[in-house]
Amino acid sequence: MLKISDTEDVIFSPELLSKFAEIVSRYPEGRQKSALLPILHLVQAQYGWVSSIAMDKVADYLELKPIEVYEVATFYTMFFLKPQGKYVLEVCRTGPCSIVGAERIMKYIENKLQVKEGEVTEDGLFSWRGVECLAACGMAPVLQIGPDYTYYENLTEAKIDELIDSLRLKTVDKPQIN
Amino acid sequence: MGRKLLLEHINVPGINSFEVYRQKGGYRAVEKALKTLTPDEVVEEVKKSGLRGRGGAGFPTGMKWSFLAKPDGVPRYLVCNGDESEPGTFKDRYLMTHIPHLLIEGMIVSSFALGANTSYIYLRGEMMPQIRILEKAIAEAKNAGFLGKNILGSGFDLELYVQPGGGAYICGEETALIESLEGKRGNPRIKPPFPAISGLYNCPTVVNNVESIAATVPIINDGADEYAKIGIGRSTGTKLISASGNLNRPGVYEIELGIPVEEFIYSDQYCGGIANGKRLKAVVAGGSSVPILPANLILKTINGDNRLMTYESLADGGFASGTMLGSGGFVAYDEDQCIVRNTWNFSRFYHHESCGQCSPCREGTGWMEKVLHRLEYGHGKLSDIDLLVDVSKKIEGNTICPLGDAAAWPVASAIRHFRDEFEWHVTHPKEAMERNYGLANYADPLPKPEDLHPVN
Repeated sequence: MLKISDTEDVIFSPELLSKFAEIVSRYPEGRQKSALLPILHLVQAQYGWVSSIAMDKVADYLELKPIEVYEVATFYTMFFLKPQGKYVLEVCRTGPCSIVGAERIMKYIENKLQVKEGEVTEDGLFSWRGVECLAACGMAPVLQIGPDYTYYENLTEAKIDELIDSLRLKTVDKPQIN
Repeated sequence: MGRKLLLEHINVPGINSFEVYRQKGGYRAVEKALKTLTPDEVVEEVKKSGLRGRGGAGFPTGMKWSFLAKPDGVPRYLVCNGDESEPGTFKDRYLMTHIPHLLIEGMIVSSFALGANTSYIYLRGEMMPQIRILEKAIAEAKNAGFLGKNILGSGFDLELYVQPGGGAYICGEETALIESLEGKRGNPRIKPPFPAISGLYNCPTVVNNVESIAATVPIINDGADEYAKIGIGRSTGTKLISASGNLNRPGVYEIELGIPVEEFIYSDQYCGGIANGKRLKAVVAGGSSVPILPANLILKTINGDNRLMTYESLADGGFASGTMLGSGGFVAYDEDQCIVRNTWNFSRFYHHESCGQCSPCREGTGWMEKVLHRLEYGHGKLSDIDLLVDVSKKIEGNTICPLGDAAAWPVASAIRHFRDEFEWHVTHPKEAMERNYGLANYADPLPKPEDLHPVN
């Protein structure tokens, strides 16, 4: 993942641009706006968030007005409009997860990471937030980590320890703890 | 154990690969449809099967297909709705993860029936792992000649693409989904025109749930009559139920429509009863949007009949004493769960997910969340309870899309059936912070119809 600040110029790599082009080819002529969400996901996977400069570049690429990109990026909850930790722990907080301990899990993560919801740890590695239903209610409580959105299910305090510790030690890119 | 039409091979090692899926009889429905049936005959089979939309609305799939306009020279689209964001629902994610080719096969059969040459599978953005799984399955199917130009020499062409959303419950509503697929905010469209006339890129479009599309495979393989033999009345075939909450065996179950609710909850073939030896207090039977019922009314109808897992039986009694099958998101609450807290949690969800287009929903969901929050945290007044009912009534039916109703029903039904518990939160605020209201009389023998709180 490349780290960028909100004033830094964004230059999409040739690899990324060829992925953009493949996505645009999925839609009829003149309907390239359909590529907007998939492309924003690719941009976020690359930089960790979508800066306004990156959004302007996407607008250029898709021949859209910048506002058409901003209004989409601000509508959908998955797009981060400010820098996050390298790993964003997104914990489901909705009904079925809630009744089997989601709040307890969020509190535990908050205490362990020593940052409030939405904030980034000092080492830049982690942030966390509550999100709405992740469609994994039978495996609750559950959290996911982008950009590939690996799910971690049937969470316990011990599993959170294992997950955070192994991400900290970088022993593996994404541990399989399920 | 009932018949399984969708998940029969779910435990076969490697069933997520083309080879194994094919060995188990996969893609026979494509061969049968493309080689021996006309598109209209496929539509007719699906109509005859009685299949009803599995996403929640329960509208007959074949009938929806028959509304599709077919003007000359205009492309038609099939869009698969894999947004699956209704709290309590996780069956589509399960199906796509473990047996992706079933969906791909269904997409080919359905696209053929509708005359669509480009089709999209729209998945919520959080399902990136499933997007990769489906893209791999599409590549395998294409490699084997089941996608692309002139499939199996039939002259039918089909390209299939997977599209991610960006995290928005509203995109499960079909016109919001279409907007999102066009690269816009997920604001539902005013209907008419319906997507069947003017949908994706203003072209005739059918939007179907993942499970509905997958169900066309056994319907074509075994015939509509075989499919319709399963079930009761207008609830034919099998249904995937997502079971969660305080159950011994939560998970996804394929049931024959018509089994008793009691069997589904307590039989070891299914949920295996309530976890930790607790007693059942309440159930949300069809995803968070449908009315919540206390234990006594979910097991039996107000007339004392066993409640069955069908569209009709779950709706028996209307909203006074019944609920809906919805998406099949079945959430069980044990005696320790707080209905006020759960209702607040759901209303926070709807407030968060309202697209903001219609004032009654944008504002009303926020008010309901706020009032429920103060009830839950001991600052409520008795008049707040009727205030909630009043707000819910002013949202219901007054919005472009059903999210407004979906936000209103859980609140109205919780107050209808659990009013005592709401009042207790007001009269015993300190106690309510320390302990839950408990089971009370919610599992007692049925109330008399005249004792039910009137439908609000």
